[in-house]
Amino acid sequence: MKNVLKKWTSLSKNSRDGFINYGIVIVFFVIFQSLLSTKSLSNSLSGQLVPICVYVVVALALNLVVGISGELSLGQAGFMGVGAFTGVIVSTCLQSSISNGPIRLIFAIIFGAMIAGIAGLLIGIPVLRLRGDYLAIVTLAFGEIIKNILNCLYVGVDSHGLHFGMVDIPSLGMEADGITIINGPMGAVGITKISTFLAGIILVILTLVIIQNLINSRTGRAIMAIRDNRIAAEACGINVTKYKLIAFVTSAAIAGAAGALYGLNFSTIVPKKFDFNTSILILVFVVLGGIGNIRGTLIAATVLYILPELLREFADYRMLIYAIVLILVMLVTNNEKAKQLINRVLVKLKLRKAKEGE
Amino acid sequence: MKKKLLSVVLAATMVFSLVACGSSESNSSAEGASSESVATTTDASGDVAPAGDGAVTGTLKLGLIGPLTGGAALYGTACANAAQLAVDEINAQGTGLTVELNAQDDEHDAEKSVNAYNNLKDWDAQAIVGCVTTTPCVAVSAEAYADRMFMLTPSASSTSVTEGKDNMFQLCFSDPNQGSASAQYIYDNGLATKVAIIYNNADAYSTGIYQTFKAKADEIGLEVVSETTFTDDTANDFSVQLNAAKDAGADLVFLPIYYTPASLILQQANTMGYAPTFFGVDGMDGILDIEGFDTSLAEGVLLLTPFAADATDDLTVSFVNSYKSAYGDTPIQFAADAYDCVYAIVAALNFYAEKNGALNVDGMSYDELCEILISVFSDPNFSVDGLTGEGMTWTAKGEVNKAPKAVVIKDGAYAGM
Repeated sequence: MKNVLKKWTSLSKNSRDGFINYGIVIVFFVIFQSLLSTKSLSNSLSGQLVPICVYVVVALALNLVVGISGELSLGQAGFMGVGAFTGVIVSTCLQSSISNGPIRLIFAIIFGAMIAGIAGLLIGIPVLRLRGDYLAIVTLAFGEIIKNILNCLYVGVDSHGLHFGMVDIPSLGMEADGITIINGPMGAVGITKISTFLAGIILVILTLVIIQNLINSRTGRAIMAIRDNRIAAEACGINVTKYKLIAFVTSAAIAGAAGALYGLNFSTIVPKKFDFNTSILILVFVVLGGIGNIRGTLIAATVLYILPELLREFADYRMLIYAIVLILVMLVTNNEKAKQLINRVLVKLKLRKAKEGE
Repeated sequence: MKKKLLSVVLAATMVFSLVACGSSESNSSAEGASSESVATTTDASGDVAPAGDGAVTGTLKLGLIGPLTGGAALYGTACANAAQLAVDEINAQGTGLTVELNAQDDEHDAEKSVNAYNNLKDWDAQAIVGCVTTTPCVAVSAEAYADRMFMLTPSASSTSVTEGKDNMFQLCFSDPNQGSASAQYIYDNGLATKVAIIYNNADAYSTGIYQTFKAKADEIGLEVVSETTFTDDTANDFSVQLNAAKDAGADLVFLPIYYTPASLILQQANTMGYAPTFFGVDGMDGILDIEGFDTSLAEGVLLLTPFAADATDDLTVSFVNSYKSAYGDTPIQFAADAYDCVYAIVAALNFYAEKNGALNVDGMSYDELCEILISVFSDPNFSVDGLTGEGMTWTAKGEVNKAPKAVVIKDGAYAGM
């Protein structure tokens, strides 16, 4: 025990923070999984477990761009949509050859991440040459473009393989036994639900591993250097576009993976879901959790996702209260006095502990 | 600093006051409900003996899911209001059956709808009226199918809602029926020789009707000269679409869309001096209630809807009157659909009880009730006379059989044709 404690204190603050984050996720999983298996969890909450994981992952990914790389991106939902639809296509195509749900889910998530990553790369190359407000506006536009492309995308599968089209289902020229996977604005219907809470938690932990290790690596330091002072970073020989692109593409790919998990959790998804509003929702999770703060994002995404459901008993006042709570959180977390108060309490507690220790 | 502190305090008071009034309200309503149910149970126990053979007794917990906030809120609130009206009427009859209704908001979003459904399950709902809109309904019906919860939707019209799910029934026409019925109606009544279509290609409902309309029109030889689209983001300016229709010489414009963009189309067609016949479907219902909309523009617009608020049959008149006095508004077709849904479910219980002897629904599990309701609804002898149609019957696939009705807007009101 003493050895463990010694090792713990000898770790750097960064790695200690990282391990605490893994711990939080695992404790969350253990508590809810045991509640689930004893059936003592309400239907409402157990239905929200997978979406919570999805939003946590997407918010963590966005934090990489907004917090670590310091660029305001408003198109995160678009990448989530790419991942969602890719995941659904992959899962439907593999349905006959792989009957095992979890394995199919893994394939869907990998492909979702890959295609969303490619989309992120294609968009990132032109976009990341811009700065500040312009970058925000263009990411917003690309998010909408992705949504609109998905809106007129028709995909079907038959014995010859996949058919893609932009007009309608009959013009795909499928054989009579062909299955329609994506039907334009009607989206994908009749998806087999294969997402599970366990898969969601694994994805959250994987995301944490990727992002925390990226931040604490040479690449991560380069990205943060660009954020803090672009000119100084450039003068040091850091390739600005390349490092910004690394952060952007990683973020897009992770969002795609979460999207695949999301798409396979509902029996229907429509492109409209992945619009500007969803992007903003994710941004709200990041901002209220604290920009660049990973643990804050974890907690904010979870709490703010559950909150509207908890407020259901207020019926008509629900969204009003939700908005006020958002304002309150913003005020309190940005208030110097409140921060000082919390710090003072913490210091007092520490002192008391130290005294007791003596 | 002081200002910030003040704003925090103000916001906090806002939350607490809202929480306070919210909770006090819910408390009082809960009290009301419980005292009511106490009263009715005593009633019921008095009633049970005489009505022993084939009566339905107990408390039925009905859940309703629809958009009570957001862009489609008009439909959801209309459904929730009308369903509440039907529930109050049934409870007032004192037949021994009491119905409790719990309406939950889904914001017209599949994800939120599933959350609302789970919430209703926690409330121990025994059957669901809903969902009101199509996309959420597809998501929820899949969950309900896995759980064996009975669902009757007032207005989710896509076939994907009922496909492959034996627990899911529709009270409205399905999209293919609406699209092909519209084409058939236009053709049979010789309303037009050249038809233009403007539809929302970002909307499942609109695209669904468009596709079946087009297929039917091609089949019967109705000439479609112009097909133009818009999305929710571009639903402000329709001059391009209207000019295309005008240039193609269309004398009828088919609008399988909701009423808000439709009202803009009517306005813009009027300013450009283009006056074809406009033909809508049930989403057009509500166009006369838009604030600031000049209803004279809608003069002569035809729409296919199963319900007209100015019909003179007793059922419609009493429904419209009590709806108006309760909510101060003329009910739209969605309201009528939801009203019929509640009555259809109660009628189904009575039908079952008449056949199989007394039925007590108190605390009955939803899967048990689901099997009963499925057996009744797929029974060809079971029919319901409601606001939206007489002698409605259901196929085992979940689709309703009733006659389509077209109405024309005349002097700012619907008139039968």
